[in-house]
Amino acid sequence: MKVVNEVSWMIGGPQGSGVDSSATLFAQACATAGLWIFGKREYHSNIKGKHSYFQVRVSNQPIHSHVDDVHILATFEETTAKLHAGEIVKTGALIYDPTKIKLDDLDLKSGVITLPIDFNLVLRQVAEETGVEYSKLSIMRNTIAVAASFALLRVEIESLEKTLERMYTGKKSKLVAMNMTAVQKAYRAVEILPEELHAQFPYHLVPNNNTPKRLLINGATATALGKLKGGCRYQTYYPISPATDESVYLESHNQYGCAVVQCEDEIAAINMAIGAATTGVRASTSTSGPGFSLMQEGLGWAGMNEVPVVVFDYQRGGPSTGLPTRHEQGDLMFSLFGGHGDYPRLVFSPGSIADHFRLAFESFNYAEKFQTPVIVLNDKFLANSTQTILPFKENDLVIERGHLATEDDLKNAKSEGRGFPRFQPDVKSGISSRPLPGVEGGHYWMTGDEHDDYGHITENPENRKKMHEKRMKKYELILQQIPLDRQFSIHGIPNADITLVSWGTMFGALMDVLPALKEKNINANFINIRMLSPFPSAKVAAFLKSSKKLVLLEHNYSMQLGQLIRLHTGILITSRISKYTGRPMSLNEIVSATEKIFNGEVQEEKDETLDASIERVVLTYGL
Amino acid sequence: MVSKLQVPLTVAAYKSDVHNDWCPGCGDFGILQALQQALAELGLPPWETMVFGGIGCSGKVFNYMACYGVHTLHGRVLPFAMGAKLANPDLEVIAVGGDGDGYGIGAGHFVHAGRRNVDMAYIVLNNEVYGLTKGQASPTLDRGQQTKSLPLPNINDGIKPLALALVTGYTWIGRSYAFDGKHLKEMIKQAIEHKGMALLDIIQPCPTYNDLHTAEWFNKKVKEEEKSVSKLVTVEELKHDGVIKDPTNRDEVFEKQRKAFDLIQYRGERIPIGVFYQIKLPTYIERMQSQVPMLKKYSPVRIPYADANHLPTTDLTDAFEEITF
Repeated sequence: MKVVNEVSWMIGGPQGSGVDSSATLFAQACATAGLWIFGKREYHSNIKGKHSYFQVRVSNQPIHSHVDDVHILATFEETTAKLHAGEIVKTGALIYDPTKIKLDDLDLKSGVITLPIDFNLVLRQVAEETGVEYSKLSIMRNTIAVAASFALLRVEIESLEKTLERMYTGKKSKLVAMNMTAVQKAYRAVEILPEELHAQFPYHLVPNNNTPKRLLINGATATALGKLKGGCRYQTYYPISPATDESVYLESHNQYGCAVVQCEDEIAAINMAIGAATTGVRASTSTSGPGFSLMQEGLGWAGMNEVPVVVFDYQRGGPSTGLPTRHEQGDLMFSLFGGHGDYPRLVFSPGSIADHFRLAFESFNYAEKFQTPVIVLNDKFLANSTQTILPFKENDLVIERGHLATEDDLKNAKSEGRGFPRFQPDVKSGISSRPLPGVEGGHYWMTGDEHDDYGHITENPENRKKMHEKRMKKYELILQQIPLDRQFSIHGIPNADITLVSWGTMFGALMDVLPALKEKNINANFINIRMLSPFPSAKVAAFLKSSKKLVLLEHNYSMQLGQLIRLHTGILITSRISKYTGRPMSLNEIVSATEKIFNGEVQEEKDETLDASIERVVLTYGL
Repeated sequence: MVSKLQVPLTVAAYKSDVHNDWCPGCGDFGILQALQQALAELGLPPWETMVFGGIGCSGKVFNYMACYGVHTLHGRVLPFAMGAKLANPDLEVIAVGGDGDGYGIGAGHFVHAGRRNVDMAYIVLNNEVYGLTKGQASPTLDRGQQTKSLPLPNINDGIKPLALALVTGYTWIGRSYAFDGKHLKEMIKQAIEHKGMALLDIIQPCPTYNDLHTAEWFNKKVKEEEKSVSKLVTVEELKHDGVIKDPTNRDEVFEKQRKAFDLIQYRGERIPIGVFYQIKLPTYIERMQSQVPMLKKYSPVRIPYADANHLPTTDLTDAFEEITF
């Protein structure tokens, strides 16, 4: 048996020891070799010492998900070996340090190849050859782990060299030679293994020179790039995992002129973004659950004053501080109903990494077109997952600024001399004309209180009705004006035996699940709800009603999309797959859970809160 | 750059037609009038001027002004105002709030606004009570004092906002009095003209809820060295010059900070008013410009990102290059 270009590789170690860098090296080297990758990162809310790991799945084809199987585990320390050795498939291999790890302590399947490398010995040799102090080389253990893996996978040494040359340029270029010394030693350590061991290991990586150019990118970077393309030039934030990476990216890529302001708290972050947006700049803030909680009052103000502001909530395990560095899709209901009183808000969640870019771009159009806040629900999983994807499609992107005040609008206001009727509701489009400060005739008032056409406070009941209706009717405009394929999308064959229903970053895994189910003779399709507010009730209901069997998949306890679907369509989806351990569902977990439901192997149980019998599969795999 | 009108407008041009609902005798009237006069005298175009307000009686100032008037959230006037000023530095941005708004619920923002030195004026209407919610103690009411709505005397110490401003980085720190129209107008003008973050704390009576520090109380003569003198005394009379001549001279800075601190504390019989401290330091916009070169050419609101056909013009080639394989 020979398996070419299908491998799942894992590296683990204490945080701060270079696990991320080695995963980056592995991923980049695979990408350089023309392969496709999906890399999942798991880490603790901790700076140094706690266990973290990175799993990189490699393929000859584009992939959008991770799997539970591990084909190679590379580690130089005991914790990782103890925690993850059991995940190695029986045809897989363990690269380990025999001075730190006793094989007897590990839960290895029989057949797993064990490949001992004395990391410190290799480092001492590197120190001798390069003249660099031994104590400064410990970070290079990661390079050794990657190189040993590559040797085992029979990849030519040059692909690592190329990658190192790309990683270390300028002042850091001397690190290339130093790392290459370590790489050669690691290759040597693998090469001297008995020939039969090599023959026994079935996984090979073969460079593919015909692969098109690809981006190696995570969700946070894709979001930042989409913002820049969309004209966002004002970003506020307060440091919070896992949202901060995006703001740091914007700050470090200062050539585009985006003003990034680190605020004293998330209350300042949202209100500063809103203040900026009132001047006409495209402004946004990015945060995570706890910060998003603090932003609710500001969002209500923006809704009341029809200010186009965009908020990205990188969901993580909640409630409260919850699981700060782990995945969850738990903020859906909160994003829809947070804050007091009614105001219209658009809520979206991107599916793929490409969609992170596109939605970040589009969100500013929506905010300005409908003059109301837009909330985008990202999450930790894809924010931190690295993937090879085709370059973003950019040629169909258009900037839409909505109803900005025309010269006529300003002239009229000037001649009337009472200020600008900014909130005047009796306009055909349903959206009032918006002047930007700095032009004569444009001044108006804004207030969180109910107000008249000019923005002056009034508690008059007729005015209240008029203004409230004008704002809330934006929901109908949004449903009419946003193209259907931006509201939701359906994938797979029509009239399938089983219809998977989900939202957000479940997208990638479910796209991989469809063909995997097909191999098991299960005809499935999948609906991804991208626009969650306003909810595309009629169209989604029609599709769901026409489906044979619905299965709902979400990363939260209460199945929030399920609640929303029931609320808007009356349809209760009774077959459910969920995971709320803070770890994302893997491809194989979803396939086997769906299979169980399809085969009627899941016991129904009564759920009193739903007053219904439910088939529920709760997934738990992963550390 | 904030522009100035060639032909100044009248004070009336800065007044909106909204009915004013402050209590008769409120210090806010004097402050509103002084603000309108200051804007007229400075020749600021109403369409380029944004007055941000907090919540409370003071927060209503925005509504009576004929310019961009923004009534924000309780305690959040500074983030809103800073956001607008940084996005478009060509606008004259003025924040007006109350003592509860700025020194209580908004105290966090107050501190950090000082650190940033955004080029704007922050005017605080300080009457020691929460008026609109019927007279509770504000953060500036001293311990042991009992205004008429308090069931029991205040057991919190009052904060010294100007001292707080001094240690958090405000670069212009002044105090005035609501019913000293001339002094007040001059102070407002200076605070607006100062290039950096200015705090003007205006002490004022609340005729409805503060029965301790009334207009009569402020007007009462006090004894000092056997002489009968006014309660309010200017820093000039006290021979204090708080303007730093050389911001790089640490000795001068520390000396003037110490003196300013002494005077700010001085509240025995007489209350000093005027400018306690002023220093010229790089503004937040200048600091951002030094890090983000494009901001020297354009303010954030003016950076082009679409062409005449509404196609996005931001070229991400460099950024993509970094991650293309």
